[in-house]
Amino acid sequence: MQFEYCDLGIIDFSQAYLVQKNTLREIREKKTPNKLILCEHKPVITRGRTSLYSDNILASSKLLEENKISIVDTDRGGDVTYHGPGQLIVYPLIDLNTYKKDIRIFLRVIENIIIDFLKEFSIKASRKDGFTGVWFSDEKIASIGIAIRHWITYHGLAVNINTNLDHFKFIKPCGLNCNMTSLKKILNKTIDINECKHIIINKFKTNFN
Amino acid sequence: MRRVILPELGEGIEKATISYWYVQEGQSVKEKDDLVELTTDKATFNLPSPASGTLTEIFYQDGEGVDVGETLAIIEEEGDDIDAEENFDADEET
Repeated sequence: MQFEYCDLGIIDFSQAYLVQKNTLREIREKKTPNKLILCEHKPVITRGRTSLYSDNILASSKLLEENKISIVDTDRGGDVTYHGPGQLIVYPLIDLNTYKKDIRIFLRVIENIIIDFLKEFSIKASRKDGFTGVWFSDEKIASIGIAIRHWITYHGLAVNINTNLDHFKFIKPCGLNCNMTSLKKILNKTIDINECKHIIINKFKTNFN
Repeated sequence: MRRVILPELGEGIEKATISYWYVQEGQSVKEKDDLVELTTDKATFNLPSPASGTLTEIFYQDGEGVDVGETLAIIEEEGDDIDAEENFDADEET
């Protein structure tokens, strides 16, 4: 499978969402091939469709304001999560009409991509049955939440590279009582996020072939 | 009359949750237009309308779970004989 990719740098969640929706339309109109959108977000808590029926934001609005963290409701699957600088976001916009029209297979391929990516750093991560995402021991290192329209995917995955993990204390990540981790925490050093972007693009190419 | 049925969603997926109806009871809908958004696992997706007509009945509301194969709603197709008493306010019938 061929991918184009673009790197939006550090961008507001809402702005990146608009880019995704435009790209989705272009793919549907066959004006552009499958695309990987890579970025980091300014601090934001996003709520997925599952969180409409739960309350997993633990911090007061005042505390969030003090930390300059906004809240955005989204149309992806899953519960609440946090995005911020140092976290690698990949939005894969992929036309599943030309791959496999199966949501669960797509989610498992995305998990494999993250596990393969982490192997490059000698981190042995795994999936947990019934808990979409990627885990290192009992801590979560990557979250996944996607949406599909006309069998084209959007939203995507977030891998904690150098993320400020303290910000996850403001929420119950994905509605679970779990701790989050990052490459920086595991390897005890700051990782070059641009290098991470190149590695993960290659993992998409190999896993979707 | 056309039943809106939750189709097979892929291997091992037996259930989805209604997250959002784009069309409400009594409103018209066109075939292939987005009708309802559903959630399963960590994914949301839209179910397009199987027919053009009027959405006369919704059986599951936002947040409710639905099994694959179940009927989510009923669409009276264009040209169907809609029961006026059931679908319109009686005061408007002269």
